[in-house]
Amino acid sequence: MKLIAALMLAPLVLVSLAARSDQKLVAAQSTISFTTRQMGVPLEGKFRQFGAQVDFDPHKPEAARIEIVVDVSSATLGMPDTDAEMVKPDWFNAKQFPQATFKATAVKPLGSGKFEVSGKLAIKSVVRDVVVPITLTQSAGNTVAAGTFSLKRLDYKIGEGDWKDTSLVADPVQVTFKLLLSGVGPL
Amino acid sequence: MTSQIPERYSVPAILVHWLMALMLVTSFGVGLYMADLPFSPLRVRLFNWHKWVGITILALALFRLCWRVFNTPKAEPVVPAWQSVASRLVHRLMYVLFFAVPLVGWAFSSAAGVPVVWFGVIPLPDFVAADKATAELIKPWHGGLAWTLAMLVCVHVAAAVKHHFIDRDGLLFRMLPR
Repeated sequence: MKLIAALMLAPLVLVSLAARSDQKLVAAQSTISFTTRQMGVPLEGKFRQFGAQVDFDPHKPEAARIEIVVDVSSATLGMPDTDAEMVKPDWFNAKQFPQATFKATAVKPLGSGKFEVSGKLAIKSVVRDVVVPITLTQSAGNTVAAGTFSLKRLDYKIGEGDWKDTSLVADPVQVTFKLLLSGVGPL
Repeated sequence: MTSQIPERYSVPAILVHWLMALMLVTSFGVGLYMADLPFSPLRVRLFNWHKWVGITILALALFRLCWRVFNTPKAEPVVPAWQSVASRLVHRLMYVLFFAVPLVGWAFSSAAGVPVVWFGVIPLPDFVAADKATAELIKPWHGGLAWTLAMLVCVHVAAAVKHHFIDRDGLLFRMLPR
C-alpha cells in the first residue's frame, strides 16, 4: 500500500517541479539538520544536498505549494565511517530510495509570521502525515523559513535489522531547518 | 612455611584494588578487540562500554589516590634494595597511568567529535575541541600508554606470584578478602 501511495505521489512531484514559480531556494544559505542520540551521546547530522519548489503567498497561504526534496546520500554526521553506513539498505537505502520528499498539503496561518504546515513526508518509500511549524522572517527581499519538528526514525524504517534497537540509536529524531527563499512576497 | 601473615589491607582498599583489576583487564581486552571491528551494533556498544568503564577507572583512580594519601600503605616486606626501588617505581607508574590512559582516551573521543556520556546518562565536558588532526595525534598515545600499563600490570602480577610461590612470604594475603 505504501509503495502504491509513493507511486501515486510521483506524478504530483513531477507536476509540482514543473510548476512555474519565481521563488527560489538559496541552497548555500539554507540548512537541514537532524539530531538523535546514540547510547546517550548526541549525534548531529545534516543534509548537504536538497532542493525546494516553493510558490507561497503569505496572504494566500491556502494556495501555497511547497515541496522539499532531500538527497539522502548527502547525509553526514561528520565522520567517514558513519557517513558510509547511512546510505546502506539498513538506513536510508540511498540506492533504491535516493530522495526524501516533503510536500505540503495545507498551510494554516498562526499570525506574526508563524504558520503550521501539514504535509506528506516520504522517506524510504514510507509516506506519513506530518505537521511542521514554521516561522518566516524577512529582510532585504529574502525570506527565511525556519522550524523544527520531531519524527520517529522507525516509522520510516531508518535503521533496520539489529539497528532497530532504540537503546543503541534513539527513535526520536529532531529535524531542524532554515531555508532561505528569494522572491516571496512581503508578510 | 610462612612465618607470619602480614597485616591485611582495609576492606575498601581490597575491594577497589580487585574492582579496578577487573576493569583494567576488561577494558584493555575490549579495547584491543573493538579497534578493528567493522561498523556494527556490537562496535557501537563496545566503544561506549569501553569509554564508560574507562571513566569509572579514572574515578576509582582518584578514590585510590585519596585513600593512599590518608591511609599509609602497609609496611613492605624485607627485600633487596633493587626490588624495593622497582616496586615503588612500578606502583607509581601504574598510578600515573590509571589517570593518563583514561584521560587521553577521553581526549581522543572528544577530538574525534564524540563526547563521552557516562553510562549514557552523564554528559562529560569536552576539554579538547573536535578536530580530526588532533584526534589522529592523540590516538597512538592512548594505545601506547595502555600497552605500557598492561606491561606494568604483568610485572606487578609476576612479582605478586613470585612473593607467593617462591618467597612464600604471604604478601598476597594482604590483598585477599578474608
